[in-house]
Amino acid sequence: MSDIKFSKEELERYSRHLIIPEFNIEGQRKLKAARVLVIGTGGLGAPLLQYLSAAGVGTIGIVDFDVVEDSNLQRQVLFTQADIGRPKVEAAKERIEAQNPHIKIKTYNTTFTSENAIEITSNYDVIADGTDNFPTRYLVNDLSVLLKVPNVYASIFRFEGQVTVFNYEDAHGNTGPNYRDLFPEPPPPGLVPSCAEGGVIGVLPGILGSLQANEVIKVITGVGDNLSGRLFLFDALNFETRTLKIEKDPDNPLNGKNPTITELIDYEQFCGLGIEKKVEREDVKGIDVATLKTWLEGAEDIQLIDVREPYEYDIVNINGQLIPQNDVLEHVDEISSDYKVVVHCRSGKRSADVIELLQDKYGFTNLYNLEGGILDWADKIDTSLPKY
Amino acid sequence: MATIIIPTPLRKFTDNKAKIITSGKSVGESITQLGELHPDLSKHLFKQCGTLQSFLKIYLGDRDIKSLENEETPVKDEDVISIIPAIAGGKTL
Repeated sequence: MSDIKFSKEELERYSRHLIIPEFNIEGQRKLKAARVLVIGTGGLGAPLLQYLSAAGVGTIGIVDFDVVEDSNLQRQVLFTQADIGRPKVEAAKERIEAQNPHIKIKTYNTTFTSENAIEITSNYDVIADGTDNFPTRYLVNDLSVLLKVPNVYASIFRFEGQVTVFNYEDAHGNTGPNYRDLFPEPPPPGLVPSCAEGGVIGVLPGILGSLQANEVIKVITGVGDNLSGRLFLFDALNFETRTLKIEKDPDNPLNGKNPTITELIDYEQFCGLGIEKKVEREDVKGIDVATLKTWLEGAEDIQLIDVREPYEYDIVNINGQLIPQNDVLEHVDEISSDYKVVVHCRSGKRSADVIELLQDKYGFTNLYNLEGGILDWADKIDTSLPKY
Repeated sequence: MATIIIPTPLRKFTDNKAKIITSGKSVGESITQLGELHPDLSKHLFKQCGTLQSFLKIYLGDRDIKSLENEETPVKDEDVISIIPAIAGGKTL
């Protein structure tokens, strides 16, 4: 490690680390030698990338397939108004290179999948999981176990966050628990709403992503006790914090007594997503937004039902009759069985669920799902409408 | 008697209550009572066979009840039972 050298500029830049006795130049050398892969450049990725680059992590990899959107800026503080429409990895690289020119940034403008994950990750010593969905969470976890790389984890929902370090090998060669020890299986699709449906308070990923960055630095330098084997929980609403113990599960399919997973699998299928999509599409008739526009302008009577929540209706609506998804059965007598009924929600998923329910329970045959929902309407028909 | 902390994603089944006090003498009794108070919640806590869902953990204090005496674990008045869900953040699936 002593072959890692610093320029005068670097020594001055990192001087507040160098004067911490238990951190000193050794800790800084470890940071410079480290290669960290940050998966996801969203709310968690923003503070992670900013603090890891500022701290002097020598090589940072960034994976994200997405582009910057207006609705990101409430929490993804790495990006500015001018970045809207740009690939997130490109905007992120530019921003953190401006922050610290002494480090190397590698970008992967792609979806992180079972096919490319090993090739990308094999160049890194630590993974920081800042992703936003269950299939990628399980992919990242399994990858970290199979490649023997620690996985610094944070996750958020509305006002609540979780942080831990998975698959960390300590100085005695003991490896800590991983995600499958904590949660062997993901929840069924639809039970736990996503941030896009459930919302997230903008500061929360800032707090959790900063804690995550701190754990990455501790894992690299070996300073202090990291969160391996412990789950930190933060409830921002009531300001309560708890730290719980995570036990290893002997039935863990990756590294328990009888491992059954020895390579990366199909995580969409594991999380029940592939199957659900097929079932959903089979019986539900769909129309696109252009067809709805034609129907509404035609002479035929059309009933338009909006199954979103009232607070979503208040943000934007297209004059549909508001019957929230969970109240549909109580208001079934208000739904026409004679003329065409178009059901819509934000993106088309909830409305498809409602149509399936009504068809199964009451035998409706005149229901049509607005594919792409009000988001697609705002994109293609009335661009003056806000998207959320 | 114990206080059960309900995580955000499941609060829609408890009329948005974050904490519920139950009078059970064990973790199992407390959770059963919670289910009786909020039947919609119990459907999401347990599989049809009656075992806890794999995407949830139940903790007594800072310990997973699996490492204690599972549902038989006795509870005292000041004990806190936490239901911990898997959360992923972000994306509409």
